[in-house]
This record gives sequence, C-alpha cells and structure tokens, in this order.
Amino acid sequence: MLDYTPKEITERTALRINPCKTCQPVGAMYAALGVHKCLPHSHGSQGCCAFHRMFLTRHFKEPVVATSSSFTEGSSVFGGGSNLKTAVKNIFDLYNPDMIAVHTTCLSETIGDDLNALIQDNPVAEGKYVVHCNTPSYKGSHILGFTNMVSGFINYLSVKTDTPNGKICLMPGFVNPGDMREYKRLMKAMKVEFTMLPDTSGVLDTPMTGKYNMFPDGGTKIDDIKGLGDCIKTVALGIQTSEASAETLKKKCGVDYKELPLPMGVEATDEFIMTLGDISKEEVPFEIEEQRGQLVDIMLDIHPYTYGKKVAIYGDPDTVLGIAAFALELGMIPKYMLTGTPGAQFERSAAELLAKYAVEDCTYKADADLFLLHQWIKNEGVDLLIGGTYGKHIARAEGIPLVRMGFPIIDRYIHSYMPLVGYKGGIRMAELIVNALMDYQDSHCEEKDVEVVM
Amino acid sequence: MSSVRDHVLDQYSSRVYKNRKEHVITVGDNETDVIAANTRTIPGIMTQRGCCYAGCKGVVLGPIKDALIIVHGPIGCSYYAWGTRRHKAFADERDGENADCYLEYCFSTDMQEADIVFGGEKKLRKSITEAMGIFHPTAIFICSTCPVGLIGDDIHAVAKWATEEYNIKCIGFSCEGYKGVSQSAGHHIANNQLIRYVIGTGDRAPKQKYSVNILGEYNIGGDGWEVEKLLKRCGIEVVSVFTGGSSYRDIKNSHLATLNLVQCHRSINYVAEMMYEKYGIDWIKVNFIGIQSSKESLRSIGEYFGDEALKARIDEVIADEISNVFDEMQYFKSKLKGKTAALYVGGSRSHHYQLLLKDFGISTVLAGFEFAHRDDYEGREVIPTIKVDADSKNIESLTVEPDPKFYRVNLSDEQKKDLEEKGIKLNYYEGMMKGMDAGSIITDDLNHFETEEFLKILKPDVFLSGIKDKFVVQKSGIMARQLHSYDYSGPYAGFHGAVLFGRDLFMGLSTPAWGLVKAPWKKVPSLEGTLGGEE
Repeated sequence: MLDYTPKEITERTALRINPCKTCQPVGAMYAALGVHKCLPHSHGSQGCCAFHRMFLTRHFKEPVVATSSSFTEGSSVFGGGSNLKTAVKNIFDLYNPDMIAVHTTCLSETIGDDLNALIQDNPVAEGKYVVHCNTPSYKGSHILGFTNMVSGFINYLSVKTDTPNGKICLMPGFVNPGDMREYKRLMKAMKVEFTMLPDTSGVLDTPMTGKYNMFPDGGTKIDDIKGLGDCIKTVALGIQTSEASAETLKKKCGVDYKELPLPMGVEATDEFIMTLGDISKEEVPFEIEEQRGQLVDIMLDIHPYTYGKKVAIYGDPDTVLGIAAFALELGMIPKYMLTGTPGAQFERSAAELLAKYAVEDCTYKADADLFLLHQWIKNEGVDLLIGGTYGKHIARAEGIPLVRMGFPIIDRYIHSYMPLVGYKGGIRMAELIVNALMDYQDSHCEEKDVEVVM
Repeated sequence: MSSVRDHVLDQYSSRVYKNRKEHVITVGDNETDVIAANTRTIPGIMTQRGCCYAGCKGVVLGPIKDALIIVHGPIGCSYYAWGTRRHKAFADERDGENADCYLEYCFSTDMQEADIVFGGEKKLRKSITEAMGIFHPTAIFICSTCPVGLIGDDIHAVAKWATEEYNIKCIGFSCEGYKGVSQSAGHHIANNQLIRYVIGTGDRAPKQKYSVNILGEYNIGGDGWEVEKLLKRCGIEVVSVFTGGSSYRDIKNSHLATLNLVQCHRSINYVAEMMYEKYGIDWIKVNFIGIQSSKESLRSIGEYFGDEALKARIDEVIADEISNVFDEMQYFKSKLKGKTAALYVGGSRSHHYQLLLKDFGISTVLAGFEFAHRDDYEGREVIPTIKVDADSKNIESLTVEPDPKFYRVNLSDEQKKDLEEKGIKLNYYEGMMKGMDAGSIITDDLNHFETEEFLKILKPDVFLSGIKDKFVVQKSGIMARQLHSYDYSGPYAGFHGAVLFGRDLFMGLSTPAWGLVKAPWKKVPSLEGTLGGEE
C-alpha cells in the first residue's frame, strides 16, 4: 500500500500527488442543489457534469441531478453561447425547474464565454430564473466553487427593500445535510428567524417513498434568497467558505455579518449559540444547555482515551479547523493539519488554535496534498487519522485507525445524515474518535491485556 | 410496443423529438432496425455520458498499472478518476521483470491561472522530473484535459523530451474532454497511441503453444482475473490484457500472441483491427459474462486453434466449472425466472449482461448504450454505411501497414471458412440488436427524462446501469444495481461470477426493506369511525 512513497521529503513545485481538494464546479453544483427547484448546470463539456454528479452521488448515495452544455470541439472554438441557449430551452421544456444555476468550467473560462451577456441575451419566462457564477477550475478548489455559487445567487437575486424582515442569513459552510438540519434545530430553539443559503437538507437526504421526485421539498426558496437583502445580519459559518459570500451580501444590500468558525466542538458552538442569543435576545433554552452539558460530561468520561493522542486531520479548511478545535478540547494533539485548498487564512487560524492551547511541534499547511501528509506521518507517526475516504490508503499503509469526517466520504454510508456541528455533532465526533481509538486498543493490545470494562 | 416508444418521445418539443426519435427504436418494428448513435448529445438533456478524457484516461489507460499517468490540467479531472473505477491490479514480477502498480496514486499538474495564461508546458516538464525523482517509472503517460488543447501546450513535444531525457517510454494522449461526442473518442485516441508506441515494442515470446490477448477487459471487480484463470486452466497463455490488471510490460509484447479475444468491442476494437492489419492477428468476439456465453467463448477459442486435445481440455474445464455452479445456478434461476430487466451501460455490457440474465430466465425489455456506435447495435457489417460526421472526423483514424517482421497469417482462407460454418466469424461483432426480442426497446444515450418515463411504463423488476441513475430508479421503487462498478461486488465474469451476479440480484430483490417502504398508517383506510356532522 503506497509502497512508493518515500520517507524523505523532497520539494515539489509542479507535481500534485494524491490531492486533498478537487475543482470549483463540484462545489458550485453542491451549493446549487441546496436551492429549491433549482437545477445546477455545468457550462462545459459533458465529462465535468458527469464526474461531479458521480462524485456527489457517491458521497450522499442520493440522486444528484444536473445538466451540461455538452460542448463539442466546435463550441470550444466558436464559444458555447448557442449550447447554453439550447440547454436553457430544453431544461425548462423537459424538467421545468424554477431556476437554472449555471457554473462555468475550465473549458468555458479558458475560451472566455461571457456568461453575463449570454444570460442577459436569453430572456426566460416570468417567474423563471437563470443565474450564474464563474468557477474556473484552475483557481482555488471545490470550496471556492461553493462560495462563488452562493455569491452568485445573492448577486442575481437578493434585493434590499425598506422593510427589514427580522431574519438572519445563515451561511452554513461546506457541510452535510445532517449539519444543516442541526443548524435549523438550534436556530429554532434560540428563536431566531432565518434564511439559510444553501440548504441541502430535504434534497440530499430524502426519504424512501417509492416515488422519485426530481425537485424534492428541501432547499432554500428563491423568494427567501431575494429577501436576504432585508436580513438583519448574516452569520457566516466557516470563515474561508462563507466570509466572501457574506461580504457580497454586505456590499450589495448592506447586511452586516459576523463570521464564525464552523460550530464544531464546545467553544465554537458556544460562540454560535451566543451569537444567536445576541440576535434574538433570548435565553439559551434548557434543551441546548442540557446537550452542551452532556457533551462536556462525555469529554470528561473519555479523556483517558483521548488525552495526549496525536491526530492528523486533513480535508476542507474550515472542517479541518473545526475538528482540530474539538481535538484540542479533548486534550488531543493535532499533530498535522492539512488542506489541499489554498488560502492563507487556514494556516493563520491553525496557528491561533495551537497557540491558544499552547501546543507545540505541530505542522499545518494549506495548498498541500495527501502524499505530503503521508510523508510527514512516516517521519513522525500519529495515533489517529481524521478526514475523508482518500486517507484510507495511508491508514492501511501505516496501521493507523481512520475516522471518516468531512468530504468526500465515498466508501461509507449514513455519514451525511449525522451532524458534526453543534453539541450534538460534538457528541457524535467524540463517539467516533473514542471508538476508533478503543477498537484499535482492543484489536492491537496483547491478549493478556484485553479488558472487559473500559 | 411501439406505442410505448411514441408515448415517451411525444412529450418532447419538436426539435428534440426530431433528434431523439432516431436514437430510440422498438426491435422488430422497423424493417431495417437502423439506430442513430455516436452523435452529439443535445445540450440540457441530462445525458449520463462523460467525455473524451474519461474514455481515454478513465477507461483504457487508467488500468495500466505500471504506467505513471500524469493528468495535465486543473485538479478535478485527475481527482475524479482516482480509484473510482474498480479496475483491480497489483504489482507483480514476471520473467524477471517487475510491473509496478501506481493505481493508489493520483497525479496531476494541478494547473493554476498562471499556467493557463502563460502556458503549462514548463510545469508539465517539471512534474515529470519530480515524478522521475520519486517513482522511477518505466513509462509515463500524459493525458490532456480541456484547457490544454485550447492554450496549445504541446504535450507530445514534452513526451519526446522526457523519453530522451530519462530513457523511459513517455507518451502523450491528446484526449481533451471536448473532443468527440462521448467517452468513445477517448477510447480511439488511447487505442491509436498504444498501437503507435507500445504494442510491438517488446520481445518476450509466449511460452505456450496457444496464446491470446484479452482485449477490452478492464478487470472490474476482478473479472479479468476470473477469465485469465479459466484460460489458464484450459492451457491457454494470456500474453496481455487490455487493460485490466495489465501492464505496459505485458502490452508491449501483445503482438506475439496468436489470437485476440475482444470482450468490450467499443473501447478496443481499433486495437483489434489494427493488430489484424499490422500483425495479421485475428480477433474473435468473446463474452465471458454468463454461463452459456462463457461456454461458447471458450469453445470458439478451441475451434480457432483447432487442436483436438485442446478442445477436449476445454470441454473438461467447462463441464467441471458447470458442475461446480450448477446447483446454485438452478437455485437462483428458480428465484429469478420470469423477471424483467432494463439495462443502460457503456458500450458492451448492455449486450453481455442480457445473456447472463437469460441464464436466469430474465428477459430484457429495454437496453441502451451510453457511447456506442451503430456497429455495436447493428453489427460490424454496417460500418461502411456509417456517415462520418464532423465530430468523428476530428478524431484521428490511424492507418497501419503490415509489419515486415511480425506480420503472419495464422489461418488459411479455407480454415476460416470452416470456422464460419461452425458459427465462428473472425474479426466480426454481430452487435446487440440481433439477439433481442421483438418488441423490446433500444435507446441510445438514454437520458434522465427517458429513464423515468420508460420505467414508469415498462416497470422492469431490475434496472442495471450506473451511479448517476441508480438512486433515481431506486427511489422510484425499482431495484437498481450498477453495472459499471457492480456495486462494489463481483467478479461477475465466468462461471463463478454468474452465480455471484444471481446472488446479488436475488439479494437486491428480496432485501426486507422493500416491504417497509410504506408506513403502516399509510396502509390503514383513512376514513375510519367518524361520520360527517359529528364535530
């Protein structure tokens, strides 16, 4: 397993090996699925759309619908304008969504298709919308694509009227439907009126009924996106993912925002709850306080198994930071924190986290890859890996237990239903982490040391 | 049955109708049974098709385990093809020569904006240098993605440089995603370069009297290993496999085999044809999916070599294999008989699996190919009548000459005629359509809308396709299994594989969750007890 990965680290400036990121359009597609009756559309050659649908389907084990401009060599020379025009007509004819959310690809970006002009030149029926965002695959990662699609919705749709609507705009970050449900539960408990953009719950976690519905009940309503301009505040969760979109809404409609790390673990969730409380002026209800107390209770119970354990965390920047914050609360050492997504904020935040707990000798890096992570581990090992599916080869090669969290998880089921955010998500993370460590102890300790009570 | 077809197609706008009506036929309904295929997908129609890159890197080249494949482009293209196709392989040693296995790795130049603006050749060269420093591969393949062709990076010049600089085999594949109309263009591009640069460059002669290459077998879930095992049992040497579990090390010797067996016709028929032209190697269409098909395929190979001892050996192997699986096959057949199926897979499986389904008494009501050409439906005899359109013209059609050193003729015309009388036609594929029942429906490039609509009417018990439509179909209450990835099961090839397939189908149909879909309170009559006016 990964037998060719040498321990010795040589500088690489060109070759990416075993990436820890993918391209912008898949993030845009995911964001667009979180809008009610919205069909994501990939403006490029068919393969992009096919790959992204495949990939999201494998993560969620749910239908993922999206269309493509199906570029040919001709369109790549003469521009994809007529392809888009045909596509828009066919999509409304056949699938009749309320909105088509177009994202670009490296192909349409390289030839310089002007989506603003193409969309303006193609009026659609009353009550129907075509919006777009630019997602050149050669910049950023799937995280930036997600951000850009959210900003695209705001740019096209959000307006400010003279009447504030008393709601907050919640930007969830790049998280699963299970997380989004948890946000909604917490906001409801805190009596905060909200619009969450996007909201993939009810879209990518639909129940089995025997009837397929191409546009399920979930997703942010178009009218609510329009109304974002009248929100009293934006709460942008996951700074790298959400701050730029919050800034877009501020610029366009003057809605102030507060950016927060993903509410993972105790303190980050505290901050989220306090922020909600500041807005609603409501007391934190017992149900939330109780859950917080349960989480801290659990953390005390399990600390003998987590304290001082070294963990390597990889994945999307906000998710890695969220998991690392919780790991630190558990007394673990986030020995390595790595994301493939570029951006200086990740390393800054990682440094701050470590400083806060006065933990030293940890390594963190943005714009890096899993090949490098493996080399780090070969030089100094860890007790646990936390991240997506593509760490499984490292886990096996080095004999380290792997806890799957984040994106993508294409080799396991159910994860997308279960939150990692909030106190409830903390309880789940704690269970996954401690079980992995204890299972490892059970299967690796000497027979004479097998314990019945742990 | 034609009313079924019309019912679905009539819902289209006139322009879409005009296009799609050529791609959907009812078997036996038309006099000629001509189907349109390998033409552009209409934008916005929600096709399941992929791109040229997917066909070249993902399908044909990806499984070659000891070729270090650098995808030149932004990160996504390489990422999506990283371990996602289940073409199994492991590093091994043969005759003192190692074949490394890089399938756990994913390589990309991860092009950034500056590379798009100023050109990416420099980064590609540097990537090769870095790959050489770490991995020391014997072969590096470079696969282009969309922007590479647009900005004009010359990957072939880079490949030439790397070949000389590092004394390795470095080959460029210009498989930009926008080329052609589907994965099919990528198959062709990969085939061309394999003929041009790999096949015929080795000198390891087969050791056995009877030797073959298996073409178009990608070892999904270990299928290829199953087939190799069978052939070995019969005393037939497998020189190379194109390309599942296989290696550059083996493929370069493939011209020294006596016979080519073609499993997936679409993706590899160019290599089969060109090897026939260049080396005189005949090919026969085989199908190791299904008991009956495996049996016939093995017997055809025996007939080709014409050796009575070999034929007897093959019969022994068949009898033994069948006796091993007979009881289980009978059991699953008793459970599955009379069911109906719909299939929508790439360029061959929709045909192959119909025959396996038949082994279980399951009939096919609808079948379609994602990226096939007319010959895959109607048989190779229609090739001269296929109109070459602009999209196909852009894909290089390589002409090869007989190789002065290696060209040979294995069978005399008389022997070939004898074979034909036995029903074995050399260098020929009859296509899917001839074996299908009248009234069943064939759809080329089946899209999301048609999938939903056809299934509503045809209500098959089983839908076999890919990941993108699987959950759409499952949500609507029909058992769906992936025939690209076998839903992480398999192997399905050969005799043992047939049983596994039957087991999986039976499992899919009988899993208890199907009976729990409807909540009990939904089954209770809603009008109970109260009468009007009681409030």
